[in-house]
Amino acid sequence: MNAVAAQASPVTTSQNHAEAESLLEIRGMYKHFPLADGFLEQLHFEKGRLVRRNEQVHAINGVDLTVRRGEALCVVGESGCGKSTVARLVMGLLSPSAGEIRYDGQRIDNMRGKRLLPYRQRMQMIFQNPYASLNPRMTIQQTLEEPLRFHHPDWTTPQVQDKVDDVMASVGIDPEWGKRFGHEFSGGQRQRIAIARALAVDPEFIVADEPISALDVSIQAQVLNLLMDAQAERHLTYLFITHDLAVVEHFGTRVAVMYLGTVCELADTRSLFARPKHPYTQALLSAIPRLEDDRPEHVRLSGEVPTPVHLPSGCVFHGRCPHAMERCRQEVPQLIVTDDGNQVACHAVEEGRI
Amino acid sequence: MALLEVSNLDVRFALRQGEVRALRDVSFTLDRGERLGIVGESGAGKSVAAFTLLNLIAKPGYIADGSIRFEGNDLARMSARELRRVRGNRISMIFQDPMMTLNPVLSIGEQMVESLKAHRRISTREARAIALHKLKQVYIPSPETRLDQYPHELSGGMRQRIIIAIALLLDPDIIVADEPTTALDVTIQAEIMTLLRELCEKHNVGLVLITHDLGVVSQMTQRTLVMYAGRVIEQGPTREIINDAQHPYTQGLLNALPQMTTPGSRLNQIPGSMPSLANTPSGCAFHPRCQYRYDASGQPRRDCLEEVPEFVTSGNCDVACHMVRDMLAKEAS
Repeated sequence: MNAVAAQASPVTTSQNHAEAESLLEIRGMYKHFPLADGFLEQLHFEKGRLVRRNEQVHAINGVDLTVRRGEALCVVGESGCGKSTVARLVMGLLSPSAGEIRYDGQRIDNMRGKRLLPYRQRMQMIFQNPYASLNPRMTIQQTLEEPLRFHHPDWTTPQVQDKVDDVMASVGIDPEWGKRFGHEFSGGQRQRIAIARALAVDPEFIVADEPISALDVSIQAQVLNLLMDAQAERHLTYLFITHDLAVVEHFGTRVAVMYLGTVCELADTRSLFARPKHPYTQALLSAIPRLEDDRPEHVRLSGEVPTPVHLPSGCVFHGRCPHAMERCRQEVPQLIVTDDGNQVACHAVEEGRI
Repeated sequence: MALLEVSNLDVRFALRQGEVRALRDVSFTLDRGERLGIVGESGAGKSVAAFTLLNLIAKPGYIADGSIRFEGNDLARMSARELRRVRGNRISMIFQDPMMTLNPVLSIGEQMVESLKAHRRISTREARAIALHKLKQVYIPSPETRLDQYPHELSGGMRQRIIIAIALLLDPDIIVADEPTTALDVTIQAEIMTLLRELCEKHNVGLVLITHDLGVVSQMTQRTLVMYAGRVIEQGPTREIINDAQHPYTQGLLNALPQMTTPGSRLNQIPGSMPSLANTPSGCAFHPRCQYRYDASGQPRRDCLEEVPEFVTSGNCDVACHMVRDMLAKEAS
């Protein structure tokens, strides 16, 4: 399809940990959503009295993450763990309730309007559903032109056209597609177009929120290859949100496992899959349906994910954890650095119980 | 005789734009207590196959040809009244989205009692006792309370457990499950799948599992059927298909999985995408995406382009591919 596709892309390894500089830093981030927005919705009738109660969904509860330049940091977890909220906070689509986000050393979470503009060009996002993320009333040409004209108002029409042609070629879009509309394409083709739109303004950092979850297996491979090619060619940094652990194992440089709005384990991909430390990570990995016949039984967790409205005390995982003790019910575990340089938030690991 | 015998099934949808052929010449059997997986990507016709098993194809769709013999009786030619005796009773179905399947305005108990009383002459009290027993079988915590709860009060995993309990309610011979865990998280999926497998084994219930996930098929089934563009292209014992697939499409599908390549390297993609069922390519429907469609001199193979491949037997698998046929013929000579 394109020249790059023919040759193998270089593997991004995590060997140069020490010299890898951080591109994005999230510090002490919290995000709460009010359960009831309006005043009237907050009124409740209790014991014959009208009371006003404003309950919150605790989506993110103290997350610290660093994305290093050139890596693909994968954030995994099950629905409701807050992984998509992290993506949206980073992109400035939501503003955090507390904490700060620094991009290239500059605090961006409190920026608005014109000051944020240069960062919007450097960071781009790819969404999960390519059926919803493309404007149905715009042709593909218009879709790809729009970000260019917005970020480069001084460019001439031939300049814009050159760039559009360029980016179309690099993601393997037939130039003929330019005249057509989004609905004329299949899911895989649409996701290709969405990727082209993100790449059009030459970003250095891409937040991808479940970019291949809506696609078929054979198409997933095509899109994942495209993302890896783009990374090798353009030295991109990814924040990759997904629930698919097989994809993470293949694609990620490092992995952050989230549970109920907190990071419970952060490790480089190889050691996370080889030696998961947190009990939740262990359960998650054991649940992947594998092709091999002889795999051990999956770790059965008791109960279900608690509601993020009333968070459990102590470790948010204690209610389902087979290793939970009194301390886990009382004290919130902090991420501690283990001897192999990875991080895990678990009292049992800290005390050497598991 | 097999419990369920599907032969030469041909299902079409008469649309204004023309006739769409959703299933072509689909044949397979299911023995008592056997677990069969039907895999394929979207548009392969696997869900239509599931619906056809219970003759649930509604207009503009119709069964143009073929038979679905359950204990010797053809479901494709049964009256609505006869079908009602089979559906839910002898063959039950689990759908993808538990919220769509459960009635939101009836409590769990009411829905369970309703289907029991539709098939058996029993009192409400007896029906409730059976319902309670089934909820216990699927490990629902505090089942007595759940009977009086409504679907919206339960989590996704819990709802799918209840669906399984309902599917087992009348002690069916076969359960047809259409992507039963696609809407669920991976830890919940593992629980539901283990539960489904254990219950099928314990009660000797046959399972037809429709899925796009080869890992799930590998963990759950004894035999697998691979579909592409409305046709079965390969079928055989699951282990053999996973470890030694013969059809280029099945191979491509397995090789495209991230776990089949070293982390960080390029994935083995299949070029192109599944054709639309309204406009399937001539000959072998997979030929435009197939790397074996050229002969030794680099010319496109005429048979792949023009002839629909017949099944050939390789090991314990049936494969519909001209290339595999030639290879087997060469080995034999």
